[in-house]
Amino acid sequence: MSRRLKISVFRHNPRDPQSVPRLVDYELDEQPGMTLFIALNAIRDTQAPDLNFDFVCRAGVCGACAMVVDGRPGLACRTLTNTLPDAFSLYPLPVFRLVADLSVDTGRWMRELAERLQTWVHLEAEPELDRLEARMEPALAEGVYELDRCIECGCCIAACATAQMREGFVGAVGLNKIARFRLDPADTRADADFYELIGSDEGIFGCMSLLACNDLCPKELPLQTQLAWLRRKMAGQGIRWLRRR
Amino acid sequence: MLQSLTGLALALFMWLHMGFVSAILISEDVAWAVARFFEGYFFLPRPQAWLVSSFVAVISLLFALHALLALRKFPADWRQYRIAATHGSRLRHGDTVLWFVQVATGFAMFFLAPVHLYAMFMHPDLIGPYASADRVWTGGFWPLYLALLFAVEVHGSVGLYRLAVKWGWFEGGDARASRRRLKIAMWGLIAFLLTLGLTTLMAEIRMGVEHAPRAGERYVPTWQRGVTAAEEAR
Repeated sequence: MSRRLKISVFRHNPRDPQSVPRLVDYELDEQPGMTLFIALNAIRDTQAPDLNFDFVCRAGVCGACAMVVDGRPGLACRTLTNTLPDAFSLYPLPVFRLVADLSVDTGRWMRELAERLQTWVHLEAEPELDRLEARMEPALAEGVYELDRCIECGCCIAACATAQMREGFVGAVGLNKIARFRLDPADTRADADFYELIGSDEGIFGCMSLLACNDLCPKELPLQTQLAWLRRKMAGQGIRWLRRR
Repeated sequence: MLQSLTGLALALFMWLHMGFVSAILISEDVAWAVARFFEGYFFLPRPQAWLVSSFVAVISLLFALHALLALRKFPADWRQYRIAATHGSRLRHGDTVLWFVQVATGFAMFFLAPVHLYAMFMHPDLIGPYASADRVWTGGFWPLYLALLFAVEVHGSVGLYRLAVKWGWFEGGDARASRRRLKIAMWGLIAFLLTLGLTTLMAEIRMGVEHAPRAGERYVPTWQRGVTAAEEAR
């Protein structure tokens, strides 16, 4: 016999002056293999046609459907309802600009982060497009690719107490990007350049190692390892500067 | 990084400290010898209590520096406190809860530790089997030490675990597995240090109760008692 689910959904449209932030309860019968994507579509089809939420790929690749599920950030398309209790809540991700209901604008935040941290390969000279790229060891290429799997869903930011308390903190998504470019031999930046970007309390030294980012990353990126590695590199750079002075 | 270094130094010192104070569980003579050793009794012509005071001053400075650096990470205003509390209760995440434990125990130590440090700085000679027991019971320090024991051992052990994951120590090839092992070690350490600390405190309280009528009398090690008695007879 299927369960009757009671889902309390955060509802608010900031563009509507009459809208008041509130939780609205929706009930529906759980189906075998039901994901939150299916459940939310069922609610929108039968109970709340104006409910806002984002989905694109439905396969955990785009990161658009990230939301706070029963208190923990996660991807709705990858969350099976049978892993949740009979009654649970859905909230939009904190920190990011609320579009409406469960929909947030992670794009603007991520774009500003990318510009601030200069998350692109920095070359000393213009690349010669008619020449083959420099070869890279497979293990190193795998390492770079592993960190490139980040889909910028925002779950690590929503899971991080520091990111929520301190507005300027770049979070695991930003630090992971720096780790990716630090690893990439094509990027000519030195540790001193990376230190300028993240060698502060808004960067790696602001991270309190609560590791919720690592534990709740939907892509299971090795954030604990990367943050520790980056911390050691940046601490080493800081010590080198102190010695020179 | 300085916060990590001062924290590491203090946590390791507290292991040694626990070893020194629990010497009372072996015997009163051993506890007396440990206390006198740090005054230079065994290698200086005369014991120098100011050596202990100096060491207390260094520990106090480390403690103050660590607290100052840790304050950066405390929630700074009501908004941040509210965010942290709501986030922590909703997330149900072990390591996030551990950080709240660090904030709470650290905050408690702001007030508890200076009382003990000041007493040790001013009266370094009053460390020993009877003197410590008198301070614990007759001096009314036992509630402070009980609270301090829980705050220090939990804060220190959680802090060492957090240091290890923060800097990637003992990570090996499988970070998740090594983190699980580190957490088991952390709980084991807390249980061991609290058991040892509570047993030591109980021994001090028992000795303090028994010695209360003669509070203030200093302990004389067994091998010196004959000498002292002979001196008195002369």
